[in-house]
Amino acid sequence: MKAGVSLAPWNVTDQKIPQGRLALFSYVSAALVLLLLVGFWKLQVVQSEHYADLADKNGIRPIAIIAPRGAMLDRDGRVLVDSYPSFSILLMRDNPKLLEKSLPQIEDGLGISGEDLHQQLEAAKFEPKFLPLVVKPAASDADIEFVESHRADLPVLELEMVQRRRYPLGEMLANTIGYVGEVSPQDLEKNPDKYKPGDIVGKAGLEREYNDQIVGTDGMKRVVVNSIGRVIRTLDNIDAIPGKPIQLTIDEDIQRIADTDMADKQGAVIAMNGHTGEILAMVSRPTFDPNDFAIRIPPQEWNALNRDPNTPLLNRAIQAQLAPGSTFKIIMATAMLESKAIPAEFTAYCPGEAVFYGRVFHCWQPKGHGAVDLHSGIVHSCDVFFYNVGQRLGIDKIAHYAMGLGLGRRTGIDLPAEEPGLMPTEEWVQRVYHHKWYAGETISVAIGQGAVMVTPIQLARAYDAVATGGTLVQPHLLKDADLKVEHFPLADETVERVTQGMYDVINEGGGTGYALRLQDVDFSGKSGTAQVMSYQAGAKVGGRAGKLTNGWFVGYAPRRNPDIVVAAVVQGSTEHGGTTAGPVVRDIVKAYYDKKNGRFVQPSTAENLQPSHVVPVADPEAEAQSR
Amino acid sequence: MKDRPQVQDFDWPLLGIVGAICLLGLLEIYSSTHASAMAGMQWKQLMWIGIGIIGMFLISQIDYHTLLDQAPVLYLVGLVGLLGVLVIGYSRLGAKRWISVGGQTLQVSELMKLIIIIVLARYFTEVRTDRLTLRDLAKVAALTLVPVALILKQPDLGTAMVLVPVALVGAFFAGIEWKHAAVGLLLIALLVPLAWNMRHHLKPYQQQRIETFLHPEQDQRGAGYQILQSEIAVGSGGFWGKGFGKGSQNQLGFVPVRYSDFILAALAEEQGFIGVCVVLLLYLALILRLVDNAQKAKDRAGMYVVMGVTAILGFHVLVNASMVIGYMPVTGIPLPLMSYGGSATAFVFLALGLVMNVRMRRFVN
Repeated sequence: MKAGVSLAPWNVTDQKIPQGRLALFSYVSAALVLLLLVGFWKLQVVQSEHYADLADKNGIRPIAIIAPRGAMLDRDGRVLVDSYPSFSILLMRDNPKLLEKSLPQIEDGLGISGEDLHQQLEAAKFEPKFLPLVVKPAASDADIEFVESHRADLPVLELEMVQRRRYPLGEMLANTIGYVGEVSPQDLEKNPDKYKPGDIVGKAGLEREYNDQIVGTDGMKRVVVNSIGRVIRTLDNIDAIPGKPIQLTIDEDIQRIADTDMADKQGAVIAMNGHTGEILAMVSRPTFDPNDFAIRIPPQEWNALNRDPNTPLLNRAIQAQLAPGSTFKIIMATAMLESKAIPAEFTAYCPGEAVFYGRVFHCWQPKGHGAVDLHSGIVHSCDVFFYNVGQRLGIDKIAHYAMGLGLGRRTGIDLPAEEPGLMPTEEWVQRVYHHKWYAGETISVAIGQGAVMVTPIQLARAYDAVATGGTLVQPHLLKDADLKVEHFPLADETVERVTQGMYDVINEGGGTGYALRLQDVDFSGKSGTAQVMSYQAGAKVGGRAGKLTNGWFVGYAPRRNPDIVVAAVVQGSTEHGGTTAGPVVRDIVKAYYDKKNGRFVQPSTAENLQPSHVVPVADPEAEAQSR
Repeated sequence: MKDRPQVQDFDWPLLGIVGAICLLGLLEIYSSTHASAMAGMQWKQLMWIGIGIIGMFLISQIDYHTLLDQAPVLYLVGLVGLLGVLVIGYSRLGAKRWISVGGQTLQVSELMKLIIIIVLARYFTEVRTDRLTLRDLAKVAALTLVPVALILKQPDLGTAMVLVPVALVGAFFAGIEWKHAAVGLLLIALLVPLAWNMRHHLKPYQQQRIETFLHPEQDQRGAGYQILQSEIAVGSGGFWGKGFGKGSQNQLGFVPVRYSDFILAALAEEQGFIGVCVVLLLYLALILRLVDNAQKAKDRAGMYVVMGVTAILGFHVLVNASMVIGYMPVTGIPLPLMSYGGSATAFVFLALGLVMNVRMRRFVN
C-alpha cells in the first residue's frame, strides 16, 4: 500500500486514539457480562428447583389409569352392575392446520359424518385448544384398529381407555341403582382433594350413596412427551386399584317378578324383609335405562328425561309422596286401640255417608256398611267408621301414632334424596299456613286423604312395625349393613286385633282383598284407593280424569312378625288398589315363599307371568256385593 | 517496520477465541438437532464458517482506507439493495428479507451492517473533532436511520436495531459531549414509552412480542410460550447442566428454535451455569481483544472500524443472552458465531476480516 492512500483528504492522522474511552468501554462490557451472569445465576442456581419442576411438568405427562368401579351383586351374588374397559377416540385440536387436513380421512375411517364432526368442532371452539375432543366415546374394534394403523399419518387421533358401567338388568332397578356421570363443578369445588375434573362419580341412587366404597383408586402412568405431545416412552406405572364390589339385599328373582308385574304401570313397589329391613325388591315406574348414561347421554335425551311429566328419574318407592288412602286405616286402628281414647268395642253405624262439622263425608260404599266395629271396619274398609274414630281422636293423637310408626318422616334407607312425606299436626298448620287446624280436615286424614302424605317405603315399614308390636327396622340395601331398630312399643292386644283385621282382609269372605289369598301362607294386608283429587275437584273435572286414583296395597306374611312386607302403589288408574296393586304384592309374597320352600320357578317370559294359580281379581263393586 | 501486511499479522489469539465459540456452537447445534429431521445441520454451519473464513481473508486484503474511500458508493449500493429487497424480495414467514443472487438467497440487511460500519467510520474520521456538535450528531442520525427505516419496513426489527449501536459507540469515541449524551439518554427514556403508546402502528407480530415480553405467563401457547420455555430450559439446567445431549427441554423440542436464536438456552440446559460462564466469558474475551485491537489501531479510522464491529457483536450477545433469560423481548437477534444461520455467520467473519485488515496495517506506513 502506498502511504498516499492513508493521507486521503478525509483521513488526517492528527487525532490520538481515545484510550480512556476505550478502557471505559471494556469496563462497561465486563460489567454487562457480569450482569448477564447474575441473570443466569438467578435462574440456574437460585430458582433452579422451580424450573426443574416446570421442566418435568413440561416433558412428563401423567396419564390416569382409570380404576373400574366395583360391581353390585344381588343377595345371591348375581351381578346387577359391573364395569368394563372401553376406548374413546380423542381428536387433538392444538394444530388446526393438521386437523383440517386430516378431517376427510377421519370421517371415512371412523364413519362419522363431516357435518357432525364440524358441528362438534364448532361447539368446542371456545374451549382451550389443548383439550381434545371426544369424537367416538365407545370405539369399536375396527375403530381402534383404524387409529392404531394410522398413528403416523393421523397424529391428531388418540385412544383413551375408560371404564364404563354396564347394567345387565337394564331398566330393572334403575332408580335404585342410579347412574354415573362426570363429577359436577360444585362437587369439585367442595372436594378438590377427592375429585379431579372428568372423574366419573355416582350421580344418583346407590351409585351415589356408595360411591366411596365402590370407587377404585386410579392408577397413574407417567410418560415422556415431546413438545407436540407425542409419547416418547413410559417412565413408570402405578396400577389402578379396582373398586370393591358391594353386595345388595336385592333378590334378583323377586325383583324380576315385581318388575314384570309393574312393567306397564305407573307407580312403585317395595319389598322388605320384616325382621332385618333388607330390601328385597324395589320398583319405580316409569323408569329409564341407566346404560344410556354409561357412555355419554346426549343433552337432548337428558333434557327429555328431566322434563318428562311422568318423571322417570324419580324413585317413587322413596320419593313419591302420596295420600295413603285406606291403608292409613291400620294406623288409625292402632291409634284408637293404643290411645284408649275410644273403647275397643266402639261401633259406628254406616249409612253410606255421615255429616261432620256441617259437611257430608261419603263412604266408598254408597249403600253403607250398617253397624261397623273395628274388625269389620278394617276388613271392609268402612270410611264412616274411621271418620268417627278420627273425630274422636283429633289430629294430634293421630299424628303421634302415625309418626311413631314412621310416617311423615324419612326411614333412613341408604339412598340419597329420600322424601319425608307429611303428617300434619295443629302446630304444623299454624307454622306453615298461619291458621288454626280445621277440625273437618281430621275427618279426611282419618281415611288417608287430605294433608297426609307418605312414601311407599314408609308404609311398608309402618305395617311391619304394627305386625311386630312396634319394632321399626331401618330399611337398607347394603347386605352387610348393621341392623338399626327403633321402638314404638304397642300393646299385644292392639297388635292382635289389628293384625287379625288385616289377615281377614284377605282371608275372610267379603274382605277387600279376599281375591288375593294364598295357599299355605298367612298373607295379610290392607288395600287403599286414594283419590288424586278431592271429591269436589273430581266432580268438577268429571269423566275418567276426575276419578283417577292411586291404588295401594300393603301386604305381608305371616300375620305376626312378618318375614316379608310389600307395599305397592299403582298410580293413575280408575280402579281399586286391591285390584291394581294387590296382585303385585301377592305375586311377590308368593314368589318369596316359593323360593324359600324350593318351589320357585323363574318365569321365562312376561307372557306366562300372569300365573294361572291365582283367583281372578274382583273389582270394588264385586267386593261390595260379596259383603 | 514491514512494508507489506501479512497473514502472519492476523490476530491469532482472537481467532482462537472465535474458533472456541464456533466449536461450542457446532456441538450444541449437533446436540439440538441430531435426533430430529434436521440432523446434520452442524455440517451446513461448518460450511458457512468456511465460507466466512475465506471472506475474512479476502476482505483483509483490501486496505480499509480504500474501503473507506468508497464509503459513499457502498452506502448507495446498500440502500439500493434494501430497496430492491422491498420491491423484488423474497417472502419467508411473512417478512421480505431476502433477494436471490445467482440461485442463493442473500440477506441484504446483513451486508448493510458491514456497510454502516464503514460509512460511519469514514464520517467520524472526517469530522475530525473531539467535540461533536448537534449538527454532526444529526448527520450521524440521518446516515443511520435511513437504512434502519428500510430494514424496519421488511420488517426486521432485530437487524434494524443492530445498526443503532454502531452510531452510538462511534459517537462516543468521536467525542460526544456528556450533556448531549445525557439528553440523548433522556430522549430514549422518553421515546420508549411514547413508542409503546404508538405500538398500534407496529406489525401485529411485533405488538405480540412486546405484549408477551411484558406478560409471558398470560399466553402460554403463543409467543410468551417461547420466553417461558427458554427460561424453563435455562433454569432446569442448574449449576452443572444435564449433560451433552441430555437436556430434556432441548431434546424434546420445548426450547424454541433451539439450534438458532435460542441456542444459548439449549446450551444452558445441557451445560449448566458453568457452560454459560464459559460462553459468556469467551464473548467478553472476544470483545476485550477487539478493544485491544482498537487501542493499537494505526489511526482513528481503524479504531472506528474495529469498534463498529465490536459494537454490533457486543449488542448481539447482550440482546440475545438477555432474551434467553427473559430480560428482553424476542426480537430475532441470533448469538453470533453460535446460532445456526448462513448470512449471520458469514457477516461475523467478514466483520472480523475488517478487524484483521486494521490490525495487519498498524505497522505499515
